[in-house]
Amino acid sequence: MQLTILIAVLIVLTVLAFVYGRKRALVTVGGNRRALHSMPSYHGWFVALWCGLPAAILLVLWLVLRGTILDGFIEDALGPELAAAGPEMHGALLEDVRQLAAGNSIAREPSPALLAAADRYSSLQSSADAAVLVIGLVAAALGLGFAWRKVGPKLRARNNVEAVVRLVLFLCSVVAIVTTIGIVLSVLFEAIRFFGRVPFWEFLFGVQWSPQMAIREDQVGSSGAFGIIPLFTGTIYITLIALIIAMPIGLLSAIYMAEYASPKFRNAVKPILEILAGIPTVVYGFFAALTVGPAFRGFGDALGLSVSSESALAAGVVMGIMIIPFISSLTDDAIVAVPRSLREGAYALGATKSETVVNVIIPAALPGIVAAFLLAVSRAIGETMIVVMAAGLTANLTANPLDSMTTVTVQIVTLLVGDQEFDSPKTLAAFALGLVLFIATLVLNVVALHVSRKYRERYD
Amino acid sequence: MDREADVAEARIDQGESPFRANFALGENSSATPDAGAPQQIAVTAKDVSVFYGKKQALFSVNLNIERNRVTALIGPSGCGKSTFLRCINRMNDTIEGCRVTGEIKLDGTDIYGRGIDVVQLRARVGMVFQKPNPFPKSIYENVAYGPRIHGLAANGRELDDIVEQSLRRAGLFDEVSDRLNTPGTSLSGGQQQRLCIARAIAISPEVILMDEPCSALDPIATAKVEELIDELREHFTIAIVTHNMQQAARVSQYTAFFHLGNLVEFGPTEHIFTNPTEERTQDYITGRFG
Repeated sequence: MQLTILIAVLIVLTVLAFVYGRKRALVTVGGNRRALHSMPSYHGWFVALWCGLPAAILLVLWLVLRGTILDGFIEDALGPELAAAGPEMHGALLEDVRQLAAGNSIAREPSPALLAAADRYSSLQSSADAAVLVIGLVAAALGLGFAWRKVGPKLRARNNVEAVVRLVLFLCSVVAIVTTIGIVLSVLFEAIRFFGRVPFWEFLFGVQWSPQMAIREDQVGSSGAFGIIPLFTGTIYITLIALIIAMPIGLLSAIYMAEYASPKFRNAVKPILEILAGIPTVVYGFFAALTVGPAFRGFGDALGLSVSSESALAAGVVMGIMIIPFISSLTDDAIVAVPRSLREGAYALGATKSETVVNVIIPAALPGIVAAFLLAVSRAIGETMIVVMAAGLTANLTANPLDSMTTVTVQIVTLLVGDQEFDSPKTLAAFALGLVLFIATLVLNVVALHVSRKYRERYD
Repeated sequence: MDREADVAEARIDQGESPFRANFALGENSSATPDAGAPQQIAVTAKDVSVFYGKKQALFSVNLNIERNRVTALIGPSGCGKSTFLRCINRMNDTIEGCRVTGEIKLDGTDIYGRGIDVVQLRARVGMVFQKPNPFPKSIYENVAYGPRIHGLAANGRELDDIVEQSLRRAGLFDEVSDRLNTPGTSLSGGQQQRLCIARAIAISPEVILMDEPCSALDPIATAKVEELIDELREHFTIAIVTHNMQQAARVSQYTAFFHLGNLVEFGPTEHIFTNPTEERTQDYITGRFG
């Protein structure tokens, strides 16, 4: 409650600081803007930032550290009780105190010590919040006063504000980087735990994937084999099928739209392609599982082939349809970006439209086309829903596209769905799979970058 | 200036093309330098008008381009000189909403007539552009491209010969003979432009159109290209659009002055530059506008 007040007061103060800081800047020079080093609004920002920023930083710090600090106090108060309960109940007891303090009931009859601790917790909490409220307001007032006195013709408000802007931009980019690093590390550590139980080489080169672990000693049928070869071949195989469908169609449709189609046709078709790109993959999944899969099976029956109703072919074909818009739209951009002068050069030599496209435009647009292709590959490798619904869950090591297959992403989903204990190899295997997938797409992206740079040097 | 003017005069005096009076051209009047020597005329334009959508860019231009001569088209920006040039190989066809009326004859055949294949037309009328635009291919492939698509070489040896000869004619062979397989884009701007000229002459066109070929080049590269244009005159008919009046005076035998979509004056270069009939021409070449 106190913190809400603090936030509201801070917002109002900051807005006022901006308005009056701006006015004051003009007043100090008697309305003569030219006498000011910075425009008045920069002075407004300067005062507002000094007023709001220190208090806001204080508030954020408090919100982050509040739990830890308060817990420390409770642990002191609960000392004997905690010792009696033992280390494994530590967290549970603290949670009970917090729940009691918030006025919620807890599972068991609270002991007097717990109730006392809860009382102490809530009183501590409110007094600490009140203290923060006061400190925050003082900080805002001090900042305001400091900045207020600084405002004047000499103040380099613009430079100061720009420095803050730069800092904010920098912090935003740091957030992205730190998040990435955090994700990589968390996956990495879990994967290392997994490799502590399953040998790395067995994981990488094993041809058996059956992650069911025995819960009881005497359970049957739970071998627990973690070889990713079948998953990877499945992923690559389905991706390949998707690309065989999407690459030619995407490329050729892009060429048609960029070079041959009338503007009218282009303007009508481009949005439709973009709609195709916006369809959720789950919907493609329905399409694959309910329409394409059974259709292929019917076809197969008519030809005397046995097609399983969840086939790699169906998943690959639908995934191919899904990535067509990516390829065609990016390729289209790359083709349109080819300078007109190159086209005219070819036409002036008497090249026909198709000769120009094949010999001049495609080579010139190649970096963009390669980028489109690799983006499509990463999409296909990372795609999950279509494969879950259409390709099945069995890890078959087979080259028959009519059989069911599974992919890395599908297995990650099945490993983590439902109630799981988070220290069995079965769950940890998901992280190892994630790590391998991450490395694979990373390598792909690096290659893509390298290839497109190399060609760009040659063709620009 | 003087030297070039002398040279130009000397050429005229050699007499293959008899000296003609400097025609003063009204907006829509005829600009035939000589009706008596039809074999000397490569391109005849009659009443050519060009429209971009509703806007008319060229008004009833009449102009003859003489064989084995350099004809310069000068005039301020937007005067229609490039538009006219691009009519001659029907490059304007690639522009949406562009319409050409009138008649342009190449060796007596109407190039806008029925049954004319633009691919064949462009094989006979080559073009060099303002900005060097080598293809994303090797130097060799850039030059070989035209002969390849038109099937001019029966085998690889012949193609090699065509490429070498074209590069030699473009004055580029000695500079690039040891790196024919490096990308055309790795050359300097001036070399790239000469590569584009080599590419254009590799298919042995009759006419070469040059659209401000030196405007993106430095003075030294410009001098080389100008020298080259003068040499190419022996085998080809050249029409060149230029903003640079000194260049027009240096390289051309005939000059056409365009203004606001009209052909104002057309005649032998030294007359246009020393004794123009039209006041507008006088004003433009003396730098009073444009």
